[in-house]
Amino acid sequence: MDAAFREQFGELIIISFYLLLLLGLGLAASRLFRGTRNDYLLASHSIGPFLLLMSLFGTTMTAFALVGSSGEAFNVGIGVYGMLASSSGIIHSLCFFLIGIKLWSLGRRHGYTTQIQFFRDRLESDRIGLLLFPILVGLVIPYLLIGVIASGTVIQTMTSGAFPEWFPTSDPGTNGGVPNWLGSLATCLVVLTYVFFGGMRGTAWANAFQTIVFMVLGILAFHVIATRLGGEQTLLENLRKVTAAVPEDKITRIDMSKMRFFTYLLIPLSVGMFPHLFQHWLTARSASSFKLPIVAHPIFIMIVWVPCVLIGIWATSNLIPAKPPLPSNPNAILPFLVKTQTGPLLGGLLAAGILAAIMSSLDSQFLCLGTIFSNDIVAHYYGQEKISDRGQIALARIFIVAIVAITYLLSLFPQRGVFNLGVWCFSGFASLFPLVFAALYWRRLSKAGAYASILTTIVVWGLLFFLSDFGANREFAVTIGWGEKVVETMPVATIFLFSLVAMIVVSLCSKPPSEQTVGKFFSAVSLPKGGLQIGHKSPTMGDN
Amino acid sequence: MKKLWIWSLVALLLVFHQDNWFWTDERLVFGFMPVGLLYHAGISVAAACLWFAAIYLIWPEGIEPTETREQQSPQGKAEA
Repeated sequence: MDAAFREQFGELIIISFYLLLLLGLGLAASRLFRGTRNDYLLASHSIGPFLLLMSLFGTTMTAFALVGSSGEAFNVGIGVYGMLASSSGIIHSLCFFLIGIKLWSLGRRHGYTTQIQFFRDRLESDRIGLLLFPILVGLVIPYLLIGVIASGTVIQTMTSGAFPEWFPTSDPGTNGGVPNWLGSLATCLVVLTYVFFGGMRGTAWANAFQTIVFMVLGILAFHVIATRLGGEQTLLENLRKVTAAVPEDKITRIDMSKMRFFTYLLIPLSVGMFPHLFQHWLTARSASSFKLPIVAHPIFIMIVWVPCVLIGIWATSNLIPAKPPLPSNPNAILPFLVKTQTGPLLGGLLAAGILAAIMSSLDSQFLCLGTIFSNDIVAHYYGQEKISDRGQIALARIFIVAIVAITYLLSLFPQRGVFNLGVWCFSGFASLFPLVFAALYWRRLSKAGAYASILTTIVVWGLLFFLSDFGANREFAVTIGWGEKVVETMPVATIFLFSLVAMIVVSLCSKPPSEQTVGKFFSAVSLPKGGLQIGHKSPTMGDN
Repeated sequence: MKKLWIWSLVALLLVFHQDNWFWTDERLVFGFMPVGLLYHAGISVAAACLWFAAIYLIWPEGIEPTETREQQSPQGKAEA
């Protein structure tokens, strides 16, 4: 392979090889498929600690972890780590500990596959499923779109120059690259194939593999970019030289609102309500499988985020070559630096790492939405007992194909504001956190209280979303003032508060759940030793 | 008592997360690491240590299901 060929097609060949490798992995996982619905959707509850850690981490670290973290650091500086990463290290593990283990136990005992099944049962309400269904799907779809669009952007940026005559663009950073629509299509087809054939086991394997890939290659990118920008002999000298050239506002939080930073702490609570994480939790072989993810998750976040944040702030330094110019889209900063500061081989590998982060979230979300459609709508209303195990697998697969197709088609429309929608999706899920927490720890939570919480979330979320110009105003905040002092808070704080108050007030004023339901959910399970005592008294929520 | 310690430490960690004291500090530790970023990396490490203590000291007992899956569908009990 001569140098010119390598230069032109190097990244494309490596990306293609990586995608084929993933296909192989998914198909290999499918060879272990036991042919049952439980195996397809929940891997027969066989996932051990290591695979659970990797799949939970890979699922929670979306396109935003690599591409968005460096882009946001480029925009606002190091504060993005505290706002999104260290907070998640505390709160995500908190959710695994308090919500994940408990839901896993109840799921194993009562045979749940989806969140909606659990809420229908706990709240003694069939219609709660119909209310939750469009909300959960509606909040996951933009999240999926971000991944699909980001994969197209990464592939186009990284393969620029490969086909200048076939795919010319006016932007030198993407000229000749595989077009967005084609890159997104390839990504969707690869993810679809291993989810379709491998089900949850294929998804978990692929997630574990991809998590290793993006962690290793992220660190490699950090080392290579520092070396190229610094041009000194040792890594430490390079790090010192590059960081010293970063403007002051990027190594501090001078321009960041303290109250917004504080209220951002609520955003990671969204993990407690993600439907795809619910399904991942249920795959655990035992409660002990959760121990490793709970402890290692904050460290893994640090390993991925610290290098990405540093790369993002380096891009603001005067050591960045003037040509080619930096992309106007902050989310293209990392792919751009990888492309311009590394060779084709490493560039291709690092592009594969970025795609790995994106796809390790897409797969779980596709599988989860397929499961919700087939399980909570079709099988539930048609009658689960009327559909054979194989029939239910076929149904889930049909819905997975449909969701991938719909998401891909939606990604083809102009999506100017889709990246801004990310934080609104997280805000919606986070505001439903009180519901799942109370469902597990507050015996007095009633059906009416749950409806009140969900409806309040919809109304307040909708109102604030409208006021933010449908997410277009990225600086939108809820301002609170007393006297001359005015503070800005994240919208999630307001939605969360209203949702919580509505749930408590209406629950206390309405008919409590039946004794049978209380007995089913609160008497059989003892929770943390010396900790939260379910069935007797909840120190968090008080007596019944 | 153990649970009180653990949950108090979790609350304390959340308080320490709001590091107003490093907000405008532009020092570079080891010559390359912004002090605010290093501090929050430390918060991540502290979180891991705290969760290790939590699973060691207040891990839920009796959480593994002892009964087999209920025969009836969970959906069958919902309201009409």
